[in-house]
Amino acid sequence: MKTEIITMFAGGIIFGFGLALSGMAIPEVVLSFLFLEDFGLLLVMAAALLTTLIVFQVLPKILNRPLLGTTFPAHKNAPITKQTIIGAIIFGIGWGISGLCPATSITAIGMGNWPVLYGVIGMFLGALLYGLIRSKKIIG
Amino acid sequence: MLETLFPNGTEQYLLGGLLVGIGIAVPFIFTGLVAGASTVFTSTWSYFLKGSFFHEETFIKTRHWRLALTAGLITGGFAYILTLGGESTFVTTIDTWRLLLGGFIIGIGTRMSGGCASGHGVAGNASLEKTSLVATVTFLFVAVITAQLTSYIF
Repeated sequence: MKTEIITMFAGGIIFGFGLALSGMAIPEVVLSFLFLEDFGLLLVMAAALLTTLIVFQVLPKILNRPLLGTTFPAHKNAPITKQTIIGAIIFGIGWGISGLCPATSITAIGMGNWPVLYGVIGMFLGALLYGLIRSKKIIG
Repeated sequence: MLETLFPNGTEQYLLGGLLVGIGIAVPFIFTGLVAGASTVFTSTWSYFLKGSFFHEETFIKTRHWRLALTAGLITGGFAYILTLGGESTFVTTIDTWRLLLGGFIIGIGTRMSGGCASGHGVAGNASLEKTSLVATVTFLFVAVITAQLTSYIF
């Protein structure tokens, strides 16, 4: 548990620093991509994806287990469900309205961009509503 | 061509993206855990609420480190301001209702879809999950259309 918390915190710092450096923690920069004025967001995603792709795919082949852990996650090969697609559409609508994204908004708080706190509060409330609906469904 | 697509240059995007990737790779290398940002909005409620969904194993088992990841993101943003960012703190001028409503919709959508731009867009695609590829293409496409419509209407 301690290892998990320390490595996640350390990774989060690099992750957040990278988002800040890239400009993606500024919703106006994200909106400039969504208005198709600056395609930088795609470069950020591509660079991040390429890095993680190499690590996620190569490391489990050369190491039996993570350096301080027990197992690498199995390939889930999760099926494409209606929920995934409808959820992605809903997320896209929220992203387009605000220029916000979960990780970039959390990082923006650390950068002192206080109004983004409204967005983060909104995200907690939206997830709350979704969780309450799902809880009811499971009980009833 | 490059200047048309990237009027502000490309360096900060490539370097920032590389760091985002390293940040997601670090916990994976040490623990095998995949750092997605949006699940914290669900898992944190399990500290306060009894609802059965919030107490699913996947949230209870991960809720502590998800808060650590969140604290790391905040610290990373702060570290940037202290170092490369200079003294200039940028404060967004986007309307409060757009931030609040957009955030609320994002909260519902990412939790229903099971990921956001980091969980699906980076980590899920790096795990070669086809459902993440479909989700990524979908939310990028919808976000572009929504932003254009929103600016057209308001």
